[in-house]
Amino acid sequence: MDTRINSRKFKKVSRRELLKLAPVLAVGAFAIPKVQEPLLKAGLGFSDWASARLFRSRHLATTFTESELTPFEKFPINGYDVDDPGVDFDAWTLTVSGAVQKPGEYKLAQVQSLPRVRQNTRHVCVEGWDVIGRFGGARLSDFLQMIGADTTARFVSVECADDYYESLDMKTALHPQTLLCYEMYDQPLTREHGAPLRLQIPTKIGYKQAKYLTDLKVTNILDRVGYWEDQGYSSFYSL
Amino acid sequence: MDGLGKEVEKRKMSAPVIEIESPKTGEVVQAAYEHPWAVRFAHWLNALSLLVLVGSGFQIFRAFPSFGAKIPQKDLLHWPKAFALGGWLGGGLQWHLTFMWIYIATGIFYLGYRNYRQVLFTPRDIRAVWPMVHYYFFFGPKPIVREVYNPLQKLAYTSVVGLGVLSVLTGFAVWKPVQFSWLAWMMGGFHWARIWHFAVMWAILFFLLGHLVMVVLHGWNNFMSMLTGWKKNPDYLEP
Repeated sequence: MDTRINSRKFKKVSRRELLKLAPVLAVGAFAIPKVQEPLLKAGLGFSDWASARLFRSRHLATTFTESELTPFEKFPINGYDVDDPGVDFDAWTLTVSGAVQKPGEYKLAQVQSLPRVRQNTRHVCVEGWDVIGRFGGARLSDFLQMIGADTTARFVSVECADDYYESLDMKTALHPQTLLCYEMYDQPLTREHGAPLRLQIPTKIGYKQAKYLTDLKVTNILDRVGYWEDQGYSSFYSL
Repeated sequence: MDGLGKEVEKRKMSAPVIEIESPKTGEVVQAAYEHPWAVRFAHWLNALSLLVLVGSGFQIFRAFPSFGAKIPQKDLLHWPKAFALGGWLGGGLQWHLTFMWIYIATGIFYLGYRNYRQVLFTPRDIRAVWPMVHYYFFFGPKPIVREVYNPLQKLAYTSVVGLGVLSVLTGFAVWKPVQFSWLAWMMGGFHWARIWHFAVMWAILFFLLGHLVMVVLHGWNNFMSMLTGWKKNPDYLEP
């Protein structure tokens, strides 16, 4: 099927073929500073949307044996600001508000009166390192039941003694491995690890597992997502 | 008809060949339509997204440039900030989590188009690998190749398609080690999945290096064929 064309015609044909690749240049929009931010936000938003779809409420994170634990002294302490915000344990309460039947101040003993769960799970940091720790505490789902939370609400948000703040989607909040943690390695939580109470969520990345909790709210609307999320990290980051 | 002649005939059937005549000199050159639009489109989109994924991947890696423990941390290498994309960990993640979807979509598009079948390395190609290596690297005689791609090219392109698939699978194991626990398990857990993901990237970069060397060696006409589809004076056609 040889055909003969002159070189001018060939140039035209070639140019047309080249122009057909123009859609690839759409990616160049990412190089425009003004457009870049919303595009990346949309990309991250899509990833979060996909993450929420991929999350399975009844799928459990792998648990590990005692011999697989990272030694306690090698479990990193990653505070964003201070290692110890100086919580007064005697005066400490968890302030509960929002879409709950029994708002108010809850003492640690009330959290500890709920069935205690102990689990050896992997803790993954957004930076890339991972450790396996032993955690003990009450299921957040049990606590939500205790406070009469409206579990059809979308979020559980928390505030911390060090001004850190976080939020969780309700599905994750109700996951059986999501703990209000007050123990590590069978010992009371140390100050550096978030005493007296922290979130421990084997299905989430590390920065979502807030320490030194002071406030917990059940809500449909978040005016802010989390300390790191509001600076550009993924909002959902489930593992 | 000799082997080369047969090859030319076969080639003409798989890709249209035309003759281009210069109106001034009357000189005639041949050109073959080698790469359909879908392949060129996928090639360049993939090239761009790969560049972004490698750049942002290094940004993410900079946050914890190690594959050992967090305590004590032993850094593997200090990747220069100039060759990392995103400015900080959060930025790197945004680019990575955005372009991974483009990368995946491009891969599915390319594999769905089924053009890769001509570069698919099959067991019957094994026999012809050594003569080709002999020719390429040890000044051996040029083997007669009866197909569009020689066995070594097939091996390289098939490998890199495989590596592309692996980069996605290892990536998902790092991103969602709980939801895709079976994937992470196959790779030896989250910690190993991260190592594999890194190793696969280097393997792809190694391919890229070889690929670019070949592009330079094969010159302008060959390069243009990935832009316009048409290759002038292909070496498998008799002048």
